[in-house]
Amino acid sequence: MSQRLVIIGNGMAPGRMLEHLIEAAPGRYAITIFNAEPRVNYDRIMLSPVLSGEKAYEEIVIHGDGWYVANGITLYKGHRIVAIDRDAKTVTSDQGVTEPYDRLVIATGSVPFIIPVPGADLPGVITYRDLDDVNAMLLAAQSRQKAVVIGGGLLGLEAAAGLKERGMDVTVLHVMPTLMERQLDPAAGYLLQKAVEARGINVITKANTRAIVGDGSVEGVELADGTIIPAKLVVMAVGIRPNTALAKEAGLSVNRGILTDDRMVTSDPDILAVGECAEVAGNVYGLVAPLYEMARVAAAALTGGEDKRFVHTDTPTKLKVTGIDLYSLGDFADGDDRDEIILRDASAGIYKRVVLKDNRIIGTVLFGETGDGAWFNDLKKKATDISQMRDTLIFGQMFQGGAPADPLAAVAALADDAEICGCNGVCKGKITGTITARGLTSLDEVRAHTKASASCGTCTGLVEKLMTLTLGTAYNPAAVQPMCGCTDLGHDDVRRLIKAKELKTIPSVMQELEWKTSCGCAKCRPALNYYLVCDWPDEYSDDYQSRFVNERVHANIQKDGTYSVVPRMWGGVTSAAELRAIADVVDKFAIPTVKVTGGQRIDMLGIRKEDLPAVWSDLGQAGFVSGHAYAKGLRTVKTCVGTDWCRFGTQDSTGFGIRIEKFMWGSWTPAKVKMAVSGCPRNCAEATCKDVGVICVDSGYEIHFAGAAGLDIKGTEVLGLVPTEDEALEVIVAIVQMYREQARYLERIYKWAKRIGTDEVRRQVLDDRERRRAYFDRFVFSQKFAQVDPWSERVSGKDKHEFRPMTALAFKEAAE
Amino acid sequence: MSAEHWFDIGTIADIPQRGARCVATPQGRIGVFRTADDRIFAIEDHCPHRGGHLSEGIVHGAAVTCPLHNWVISLETGKALGVDEGAVRTIPVSVEEGRIRLGLEPAILAAE
Repeated sequence: MSQRLVIIGNGMAPGRMLEHLIEAAPGRYAITIFNAEPRVNYDRIMLSPVLSGEKAYEEIVIHGDGWYVANGITLYKGHRIVAIDRDAKTVTSDQGVTEPYDRLVIATGSVPFIIPVPGADLPGVITYRDLDDVNAMLLAAQSRQKAVVIGGGLLGLEAAAGLKERGMDVTVLHVMPTLMERQLDPAAGYLLQKAVEARGINVITKANTRAIVGDGSVEGVELADGTIIPAKLVVMAVGIRPNTALAKEAGLSVNRGILTDDRMVTSDPDILAVGECAEVAGNVYGLVAPLYEMARVAAAALTGGEDKRFVHTDTPTKLKVTGIDLYSLGDFADGDDRDEIILRDASAGIYKRVVLKDNRIIGTVLFGETGDGAWFNDLKKKATDISQMRDTLIFGQMFQGGAPADPLAAVAALADDAEICGCNGVCKGKITGTITARGLTSLDEVRAHTKASASCGTCTGLVEKLMTLTLGTAYNPAAVQPMCGCTDLGHDDVRRLIKAKELKTIPSVMQELEWKTSCGCAKCRPALNYYLVCDWPDEYSDDYQSRFVNERVHANIQKDGTYSVVPRMWGGVTSAAELRAIADVVDKFAIPTVKVTGGQRIDMLGIRKEDLPAVWSDLGQAGFVSGHAYAKGLRTVKTCVGTDWCRFGTQDSTGFGIRIEKFMWGSWTPAKVKMAVSGCPRNCAEATCKDVGVICVDSGYEIHFAGAAGLDIKGTEVLGLVPTEDEALEVIVAIVQMYREQARYLERIYKWAKRIGTDEVRRQVLDDRERRRAYFDRFVFSQKFAQVDPWSERVSGKDKHEFRPMTALAFKEAAE
Repeated sequence: MSAEHWFDIGTIADIPQRGARCVATPQGRIGVFRTADDRIFAIEDHCPHRGGHLSEGIVHGAAVTCPLHNWVISLETGKALGVDEGAVRTIPVSVEEGRIRLGLEPAILAAE
């Protein structure tokens, strides 16, 4: 029978330990986990990108619910263990669950340090440790008011940058003279302060907090000199200490952390400790690399198979603030027995310092350009004698031995045991070996098999280069296909960064995201224009020069340079007056072809561009508006006659189709959107191959989406059934808004939905009513600016230059 | 080729930045382009591929993408960029005090 293994805590260290354990000895233990947080194991390193908006929580989950089920692990979410009974060998949770164990692993992590000043317990004072803290900050950030972050270390600065991205006015208070003084020397600390201030964050160093003031909730922070800095939110990020309370109560040996030997076993041989709560050989740890090492050692100790020991190594520090590059490693204090080499480039904002002892690197600080960090780390680890390359050492690996200035060559030159992924301690040889042995071809696979680049992600570039080296042209880093040749960023990253950095013009996107061309190309410009129209409907002014000609002149260009015009025919319903007006226009402008479209309206083809405004003027007088038949936007809502006429009709499908079309016309979308409403399951409106479709039934409205009948043919997915027309409208609008906000430009709904997953769409727009309403409200807001008939605007004289030649030259008269 | 004759066609302000207008002549349409940095170019308004009006394309850098099938034509040389092969004639342009003039050859005049 398998032994019972109980784990207290569900952070990254025990999660990793379980992966090793399950790989080495599947089925050996019956595993139970108690997590005080009400969720699964997620990547805490990535909380800062969640705070800044560059990532979503769903993207940082390490083990989803399915993983626990698949591995037969019992996970108690939201259960805090309150007692360990070492005699009975049981643990008991605050919810009353008592679980016996044969082996116990304590992974209670750390608790943030709260500086003991008056007011530290006021509402509005929070720490920065877990997702709940991030959510609290996001909530506070909605007010766009002032925030103070106490602590200018890694966490504090990441919190400050995130809050600033979210629109708050942020001040960082740091008690020492320079920022991150434990990882950076004063010069780099100074550069960092400049870089942080350049983002609009105030920094006050040598700031001693005396009290947090406020009546009922936070109003400000009072410094020792009496200054009061107003704040609605105070984030304490001054440090952490191992969470040892439970272990201490159970009578285990505790110093700063829970004392363990180098196999992670505590003073009780049946109990292990891993993670930030553990103390090994006098050290406690807060960065992920040594914690993962603990996990590896603990897993080995639990299986008894391997004799692994925990050995201390220095871990590099990196700051995860987009646009600030810094890297620090080892010991860089001044000393008589030490030498240093420094490179400063003030104009480029670069500072590099390598500290040497006996011609060997013992510490490195890089700011502004950190590409050589792995190389310096490798030299340090191997204690390489650098006297031969001392003169050029600081310039980095490229300058050694005349290596070509090719980034691939630099990676190729790394030794097999050079560390690539610091978080997970993965070396080059392991990555290239695994790629070859397992036949891996994608970055995700390499992450899954080696863990390289699977935590903080800063080594992703290196890993991709290794893949290119190993696989040659077989590796196409298509996981992130760049938008176009003007950038290396994919659509998703660009969309995220537009929101996170609040970029509101095409030039600012190109500047901030480092476009490689001066003004983009015909691929990226229309995409960026759409993203900005969608994300900032009230603030962005549409750049018509970045739209395709059809959307610029609001008609469809034909092969001979003439245009076609399709007026809106709501729900496909028309009248004698409308048809008469169309007939008159056809006669007056000698329009050669009139055709009924597949979307239940009438297309007039072969109209000269110069005639367009006059055609629209006549159509407008009959009450027609643009049908947007040319737009990446809402096209048609096809209907059948429903209960008005049909003996099978179950609902007023015509009326509902018209209602949808009147509600949604004018909206821009990533690609065209076609809809249909059928009055019964016989489906005469062909709703089951549309982007969004409705099948009316007796009990309500069955909502479909993600169909296609073009290049691809695909039946729709059923989203679900709702009882009323009002609710159906809300759901349909929410799907489209979700698609508008998330899809890549030119990506139809069915392709987007395939990427996101039907279940996820259903969860967000059908099950989660609050979120549905938020999507709906954002769509309604954007319609205030979008629902303007472009034809009548142009009849009134807008963009006149589009419709006539600049001039017509008649040579005989004009010749000089 | 002998000296061109110069024809005034209007001002820079008549063309949007990163945009284009067409000029009708007895010999066919000419596209006149204004780049983001206010340089003015004129080329035949007729894509070498399927004859699309280049003046209706998206202007980026010193190039335009044809609205019909996305060929990219250099405004400086008139040649198709990338893998496509083909070229249009470039037309001499002079800009003085904001007024644009096109230099057209007597051969065209003679044809009238």
